[in-house]
Amino acid sequence: MENMTDYQKIEKSAKARKVTGNVITYILLVFWAIIVLFPFYWMVLTSVKSYSAYNSEYVPKFFTLSPTLQNYVDAFTAVPLGKYLLNTAVFTVITTAVMLVVITLAAFAFARLDFKGKNIAFIIFLSLMMIPNELVVITNFVTITNLNLRNTFPGLILPSVTSVFYIYLLKENFEQIPDSLYFAAKVDGTSDLKYLLKVMIPISKPTLITVTILKVIECWNSYVWPRLITDDENYYLVSNGIQEIRENGFGRENIPAMMAAVVVISVPLIILFLIFHKKIMEGVSRGGTKG
Amino acid sequence: MIRKKLSNSSLKGWLYLLPAILFLGAFMVYPLIDVFIYSFEEGYNSASQTYLGVGLYNYSYVLHDPYFLQAVKNTFILVIITVPLSTGIALLISVGLSSIKPLRNLLQTVYFLPYVTNTLAVGLVFMILFKKTAYSDGLINLLITWFGGKSVDFIDGPYWAKMFVLCFYTIWVVMPFKILILTSALSSVNQVYYNAAKVDGTSKFRTFMRITLPMISPMIFYLIITGFIGAFKAYSDAVALFGTDLNAAEMNTIVGYVYDMLYGDSGGYPSYASAAAILLFAIVLTITCINLLISKKNVHY
Repeated sequence: MENMTDYQKIEKSAKARKVTGNVITYILLVFWAIIVLFPFYWMVLTSVKSYSAYNSEYVPKFFTLSPTLQNYVDAFTAVPLGKYLLNTAVFTVITTAVMLVVITLAAFAFARLDFKGKNIAFIIFLSLMMIPNELVVITNFVTITNLNLRNTFPGLILPSVTSVFYIYLLKENFEQIPDSLYFAAKVDGTSDLKYLLKVMIPISKPTLITVTILKVIECWNSYVWPRLITDDENYYLVSNGIQEIRENGFGRENIPAMMAAVVVISVPLIILFLIFHKKIMEGVSRGGTKG
Repeated sequence: MIRKKLSNSSLKGWLYLLPAILFLGAFMVYPLIDVFIYSFEEGYNSASQTYLGVGLYNYSYVLHDPYFLQAVKNTFILVIITVPLSTGIALLISVGLSSIKPLRNLLQTVYFLPYVTNTLAVGLVFMILFKKTAYSDGLINLLITWFGGKSVDFIDGPYWAKMFVLCFYTIWVVMPFKILILTSALSSVNQVYYNAAKVDGTSKFRTFMRITLPMISPMIFYLIITGFIGAFKAYSDAVALFGTDLNAAEMNTIVGYVYDMLYGDSGGYPSYASAAAILLFAIVLTITCINLLISKKNVHY
């Protein structure tokens, strides 16, 4: 009998300790979730407050009873937000498309073809991965300026259409496709290009999709290069646009309209994330870093 | 026979590589060589593309420029505060995350959200949260006064208030990546070790110190090394909070200094920019080497 109660006591205290541990864990986790989500809530909330309501709140309110969409109208009419979005979309699509072609061809050469100097070329490619963007951006700026490509899409796009890291990622993937498939295709007289298009690309689709999504995120958020290369509003991307809005648009004090612009800029990527969050997180953990 | 045919088509391989080689050559290899040349050309004039001589003057100019020294100071403070803090908090959250079952996937997804957002855009939200205007003290100051503190202007106010916001925002931005890497590292630790520890009645803390930490130490060091590299290159976070004139806000970073020298109101000096960029690269390389040496001694593979 006594043993039983002892055992029950131990079990009870262990259980209690576990419960408190769990409670503390959940409090910590939820606290961080609030820190992550709160700026998003605040940005949406502010964007639906009217200008006068926002500026009359000395103590900011955590909700609003009279939401308005006027700020969104202002964001598209008072500043060329639509133009910024269009520019960014064009920039993102072309950059990503050209990059996919370039890296697929290079990865195919490294993974599948035999040619003289392949190993040395691959080592040189790998060593290029360590070069920070900050070192090369100076000359690129001068090059693009001298080519008279400032404020043009080629000037924006050209320096960012290759990525050694993605070539490496894709090459690893291509190499997993068994050799026998290639030789079978060769016996049938299939050309290398046809084999790449009909066999390798379909098999490597998951990796290609991951690379595409990561590149799209990178393009959508790029700030430094576009800022250096564009000073004409007609070629601003969203990052530069939002900076322009902050410094010159709306009159400095129209924060609700500014927040509406921020929401519009953030929404496309958030939607992309909600649809593809598994793929994005998987891709990033395989080696993406931000910036 | 097939092999023989393949080796004959050596040209083909290079043909497939050609686009990548052209782009990398033009926008990576050539600039890399060129940046060193720029940094040694004294008195370079970007309009006429002439220079006066060759030497170390650009480096000495940069090293004596108070704006550069300010930028170095800011960058080092930022690195020293954000790298350990963000790695530590990420570890805490990841351990918490892997010890629960319900809500785990949801929270994991929520934590990753900042990764996909535009740094410039969300930085504006942080700015209005922290900023003090004529109309309102801002939400954060409201919270501070609720808890009996004194309100501060975090955006245009004292140096350490501004530095605090910059560090806070930087941590907010880098956390998703760190949490992601650490949670996947934690989930790959073999359950057998934990079961063995349980049988031995080892305390949770001891299990963590003796099993979990050594098992994920390669990933922690990976995060510390990439964290150092990333934090040394901080720039757009600062622009998002304080605007493009970072020198006036005393919040410039080394990368910001490079870009200011290159372009903008104080720009047009690619030589100074090159010298500053090479100095930055030297600092990052040194720190990375030190990190690698330390990690060799402490990481258990």
